[in-house]
Order: sequence, then structure tokens, then C-alpha cells
Amino acid sequence: MGDKREMSRRTFLNYALMGTGGFLAAGMITPMIRFAVDPLLEGKAGGDKVAVGSPDEFGAEPKRVEFKVHTKDGWYESESTLSAWVTKNDKGEILALSPICKHLGCTVDWNTSPEHQNQYFCPCHLGRYAINGEHILETPPTASLDEYESEVKDGKLYLGKVKANPRPGVTG
Amino acid sequence: MLQKMYDWVDERLNITPMWRDLADHEVPEHVNPAHHFSAFVYCFGGLTFFITVIQILSGMFLTMYYVPDIINAWESVNYLQNEVAFGVIVRGMHHWGASLVIVMMFLHTLRVFFTGAYKKPRELNWVVGMLIFFVMLGLGFTGYLLPWDNTAYFATKVGLEIANSVPIIGPYVKMLLTGGDIVGAQTLSRFFAIHVFFLPGALLGLLGAHFVLIRAQGISGPL
Repeated sequence: MGDKREMSRRTFLNYALMGTGGFLAAGMITPMIRFAVDPLLEGKAGGDKVAVGSPDEFGAEPKRVEFKVHTKDGWYESESTLSAWVTKNDKGEILALSPICKHLGCTVDWNTSPEHQNQYFCPCHLGRYAINGEHILETPPTASLDEYESEVKDGKLYLGKVKANPRPGVTG
Repeated sequence: MLQKMYDWVDERLNITPMWRDLADHEVPEHVNPAHHFSAFVYCFGGLTFFITVIQILSGMFLTMYYVPDIINAWESVNYLQNEVAFGVIVRGMHHWGASLVIVMMFLHTLRVFFTGAYKKPRELNWVVGMLIFFVMLGLGFTGYLLPWDNTAYFATKVGLEIANSVPIIGPYVKMLLTGGDIVGAQTLSRFFAIHVFFLPGALLGLLGAHFVLIRAQGISGPL
């Protein structure tokens, strides 16, 4: 109330109208926006690990295993089949790699390129990876193959969520 | 900032006369509720349009989840209503708004009728209004089938039988709407297309004509 700043009747009415209109419009549009962005804010489901076999089955040579996971896609629930390339090193540690190429998402296979023995090979753009999933420098992929979280329990190997593979690229 | 952006555009495109022509006109005393409270009856047309805007917006958002297919339609509606945040509100707006728009339109029609606003020179706008009325009924009828539950199915059966009872053209109209011998996959697909593309397109055109006419002819005089 200190210094006197007059507001014209027109300005006041303009503000009052804009405020009321804005409030009404917000009340209308907010539920719709929240409805539309729900997939962004929904918590990630899953994380249950799936048994894929006994750890004794695996060795230094990558072996492909297939397993089924329960997928909930909105109102549609299904079993989808995932696969993994599993190796066990001499310390007995299991490494389960996702076969999805980090370049553009094709499926890699082990040892299928005659020129490049003992590597993962992607037929789409000739991307290659070394045995622990390290991407070969100067081939299209810029990250190493993702790995599955793994756990050995009661003599069985369980695979879980996919996580990033921290191994850097190698030459080869 | 906003003023500067407006000025920049206005300097090039001269938009001020456009919206002035649209929005800046005298409201006659006899339709202004501030002067005579009973003039609120003149608000029903605007309210119908307001609810129509809500219907269009909420309908657009509903199609983000809805699938017009006999296997998935009910499941997708169940999902968007019960699993998606605010789904019950957005579908609620569309559901209740559908009835409210008919109510408001009916009140607007009564106002026009009892004030005699349909008389010369405004007969054509009455005709356009009647066409809007039938388009709205069509939107209600086609939208009712989309959740694909028992109510929807049998309401549509009844509606199609009524269409069937029209002399001569009845069976053809029914077949055109059903798209096959039974109320099924093809019916649902057709009703969806009619509900979200054909009728809203027709509605927007007719509403445009309705508003151009009322601006050209002005609101009818006091009783």
C-alpha cells in the first residue's frame, strides 16, 4: 500500500479473466497430460530371475541358451523368449551376454564370420565383439554387448535384468 | 517479451484485424446476463461448444490407449480406465461430456425456438444447427459401441434394427453400418472410423458454418 500504483479497471479485468480462464483450462488439460505421460512415470516392473540350467554346462566356449520371461505390455501379457550367450571363465565366474547388437539392434552370433574367428559377429553391418562382449574398435558398435545379471543358486544358473557392460572396446 | 513476439509477427502478417474481427465485438444488452440475469439462456450455445472442445481433446487422448479391435477393445478400455493414471477422469470426461453435450444442445435449441431466433433471415442457420444435432447423435451412437461390452453390443444391435426398419433403404443402411452379417470385427472398425474421422470432420465444418453465419447475421433482437 506504500507507493500508489494504480491499476486500470481494464487491466484488472484482463488479469482476472486470464487467471480464471487459465485455471479452468488447466483443470481440463492437466488430467489429460498426466494420462498421456503415464508410461514415462510408471515404475519398471520385473526383475525376477529365470533359471536357464546348471552352471556346469558352461565353459570357456560361449553357449547359447534360450529362456522365457513373462512380458506385460499394457493390457497384453505374454511369454517372450530371450536368449543369452553364456561363458564361464577359469575362476568359475559366469558371464551371460545379450545377443542384441549395440549398433542398431540386430542379433549377433558366435563365430559365424570366417575371417574373424572367436568373435561375436553381427551380419547387418559387420559389427564384431570379443569373447567378453567388448566391441571391436573400427566396427560400427560403440558399446560392448549388454550382460544379464546372473546368480548361481541351488546348483542352477539364474538370469535377470539386462545391464550395461562396463568393458571398453578393444582392437582386433 | 510476449508483447515483443506478438509485435514482430503482427508487423509482418498484420494479425490484429483478424482476431479483432473474431473476438472484439459488442455483446448486445439483451444477451448479457450482467444486465438481465435471465439472459443466461443465451450461454447454452457457447457451453455446447465448450463441452465439444472437451470431447475432442479427451477423445484424442483416449485414442492413445484405445484399440478398435474385438479382441483388444474391452481390454484396452479396462486398462486405460483402471491402470493408467487419471484414466478414470479422462474417460469420465468423455463419457459424461457425451451426455452433457446433448443436454446443452437441447437447451440451446429450446432457447432459439422460444425466442424465435430461427425466423427470417436466420432459417439457414437453424438448418445447419439441425445438421449439427444429427451429427452429434451419430457421434453418440457410434461412440457407444467402442468399449465393446454387453451394453455397447446390445445397444448397437437395437440401433441397427431401428435403422433396418426404415422403409426401402433400411436393410442397406444396416448393412453399410454393420459391414458384415453380424455385429462384430468389421462393425467395430467401421464405428471407430466414423466416430473419430468422418463425423468429427463433418462436425467441424458445420460448426464453422454455424459461427460464420451468426457473425454475419448477428444475434437476433430482444423479445
